[in-house]
Amino acid sequence: MSIPSPPRAWREQKYRYRLVGVKCTRCGLTYYPPVVVCTKCKSTELTTIELPRKGVLLSYTIIHYPPVEFKEYAPYAVGLIKLEDGTEVIAQLTDIDFNELRPGIKVEAVFRCLKTQGEEGIIEYGMKFRRALEE
Amino acid sequence: MRRVAVIGVGFTKVGEHWNSSLRDLYAQAVLRAVSDADLELRDIQAMFIGNMSSGYLQAQEHLGSLLATHLGIQGIAAVKIEAACGSGGAAFHQAVLAVASGYYDFVIAGGIEKMTDVRTEYLTSALIMADDQEFVASTGVTFPGLNALIYRLYMEKYNVRQEDIAQFPVHEHFYAQFVEHAQYRYPITLEQVLESTIVADPIRLLECSPISDGAAAVVLCPLDIAMKRRKEGIVEVIGSALSTDAISLNEREDPTTFIATVKAAKRAYRMAKIEPRDVDVVEVHDAYSILGIINLEDLGFAEKGKGVRLVKEGEIARDGRIPTNLSGGLKARGHPVGATGIYQVAEIVKQLRGDFGKNQVDDAEIGLAQSIGGVGGTVIVNILKRIR
Repeated sequence: MSIPSPPRAWREQKYRYRLVGVKCTRCGLTYYPPVVVCTKCKSTELTTIELPRKGVLLSYTIIHYPPVEFKEYAPYAVGLIKLEDGTEVIAQLTDIDFNELRPGIKVEAVFRCLKTQGEEGIIEYGMKFRRALEE
Repeated sequence: MRRVAVIGVGFTKVGEHWNSSLRDLYAQAVLRAVSDADLELRDIQAMFIGNMSSGYLQAQEHLGSLLATHLGIQGIAAVKIEAACGSGGAAFHQAVLAVASGYYDFVIAGGIEKMTDVRTEYLTSALIMADDQEFVASTGVTFPGLNALIYRLYMEKYNVRQEDIAQFPVHEHFYAQFVEHAQYRYPITLEQVLESTIVADPIRLLECSPISDGAAAVVLCPLDIAMKRRKEGIVEVIGSALSTDAISLNEREDPTTFIATVKAAKRAYRMAKIEPRDVDVVEVHDAYSILGIINLEDLGFAEKGKGVRLVKEGEIARDGRIPTNLSGGLKARGHPVGATGIYQVAEIVKQLRGDFGKNQVDDAEIGLAQSIGGVGGTVIVNILKRIR
């Protein structure tokens, strides 16, 4: 459990609240979270972009023994998700029946409360993913 | 660069040491290693201490000074080395550099983790500190949870069943029966593993390394000094490499291969001038059953997707082609996180000395120890060889 810290949550608002990553202007690779140098071509010219909010579940797990700050939420599912542009993210899965979980299902980002920092801190928000309606 | 030898090893039993503090456990290991090296504490010039979470679990940083003071050798160079669960392997790598460079002659690489001081949910928080706190830990994922994501990807990609992967801890518990310092000295069955409680789906409790207290230490010195001081049981460090990878799984092309293992192994094999087939005995970092399998592949002992065959066909048994984790591994010897990498090196040294009891590999000459930090964000590979 980290020490309650409002500035730490605030400074990442852009990336957490809007699913903002970066894209290398030279080779086009995208990153979430943002990096300052492109791993592939070593360019430092990266621009922030809003990532697509839809993607596919690649892998998932159900957490039965959570870290102390997530104790009240267990059990919950966490997934590795490939967004429509190929960027991959790890996120909690929400509003989903565990029996529906399987690699390949379509998911979409929703804005949710992630955790609270306890009595002295703030409530942290960000993106979770839920099952998307099939077209 | 000077050639480097390990001339002493020492460790405590791995387990739940309710009556021992971090400093007491560590001191026991160091005193045993120094005595095994036939040295005095005053001979030691530097100490690298592998530890992951003392700051969180004990609210204690500054282990270099603390532990040097507790051993009465303040004045030496001493510093904590942290690379999550790979801290022990990283501390050993630093000690090798310190001796090889010519800067110090007698150096201790130690490791300590005291995990039973706090409740499980706090430990769960401590262990996920190995990954990105702002963007990964904030999802509520746990360390076993990240390994579970890899587990499922692996089963799907290579069409391998959990029943086969879960053989790895069964293998380790069998050998741990004969290892005095192991935490769990009893056999388990595949049925028990598959019926044990689910920790992070699909990972079951008996596929997970346990909560352990333990400390280990080894003494290093230049090979020429070792040859003058010791008639037998001299072990040379012929390869040592550390490599990093993207810290989080979502930033990797293929999470079922640990690129840091592939890179560190390649460098260590090249430095040692050997091939994987020359290795006689191995300790891999199997924090979870799936990692035992992935590590065997990434170290070059099996093709990708075929690691389970080594287990099923007895190739990793004591008399097999590539005897692996005869200590019981992280699962059964135990995994006092920052100490584990040093336990592995100490166990390999004892194998090469012919001093590993019932699990001794016949005429073992070359041994390899692999230590992993996080889900492969850091990997250290050390290769040792018996000198006659």
